[in-house]
Amino acid sequence: MQDKRTLRRKIYEIDFAIHELVLYLDTNPKCQKGLALLDKFRSLRAEAVKEYEQRFGKYILTPKDAGDGARWNWIDSPWPWEKEFMED
Amino acid sequence: MWQYEKKLQYPVKIKNPNPKYAQIIISQYGGPDGELGASMRYLTQRYSMPYDDAKGLLTDIGTEELAHLEMICAMVHQLTKNLTPEEIKASGFDKYFVDHTAAVYPIAASSLPWRAEYIQAKGDILADLHEDLAAEQKARVTYDNLLRLIDDPDILDPLKFLRERELVHYQRFGEVLRNTTERLNCKNFYAFNPSFDKNCKK
Repeated sequence: MQDKRTLRRKIYEIDFAIHELVLYLDTNPKCQKGLALLDKFRSLRAEAVKEYEQRFGKYILTPKDAGDGARWNWIDSPWPWEKEFMED
Repeated sequence: MWQYEKKLQYPVKIKNPNPKYAQIIISQYGGPDGELGASMRYLTQRYSMPYDDAKGLLTDIGTEELAHLEMICAMVHQLTKNLTPEEIKASGFDKYFVDHTAAVYPIAASSLPWRAEYIQAKGDILADLHEDLAAEQKARVTYDNLLRLIDDPDILDPLKFLRERELVHYQRFGEVLRNTTERLNCKNFYAFNPSFDKNCKK
């Protein structure tokens, strides 16, 4: 089973694949292979986020995901530019 | 509008601070071919674009460039953490430090602050796309030069990622240019400007 850090990294990798497909589809909007790949990575992302949330609690990426506890946790360190971010 | 995602596009985790490296890497933030200029160039040019692929791509690449300047700033930040006054003096970082302390301010390696003159928005899709293609190549060369000057693997890894992105963006802008020339009058596509001469759109 993947630890928290590895699973989070996997979500980042899927996000990157989705972003790469978005740029590709911007200039190739009718490519069926590209559209199918986007579908595939969107499902993989949903599965990875579901697994993360079942095991480690809410996956917080934007302010919309934050604040379902007793305090506003959006502001919690580490922030992405800090070297501790990838260790959290 | 935009919404922040609390992550980097590619991780930056540098163990050893090095203010000498910070002073050259900062050029990819505020330098002539840096990520700040890239983002502002594309997000500015998109308003006069006549075609949907160009509007979409400039928006999405312009947004990705914001993520890139965040990575560059993260590198500069981590490379200049916890320095002693001796390290600051010995590395030549003192000239930056006196004005900015350990903040991350957009300047070139030569210390020139970021300037809007680094970018252009010409209101002509052919002129603007050619600038964008050139900009990606110039940024790629800057990354090549940084890769020649740096030997810390913690820094090389994210720099190589960013260099690759320049190649992908060049490819995508090339596709918009190809789509554009196919839409224009193939006998003389310089004869009109489709973001200005509305009747020439089709």
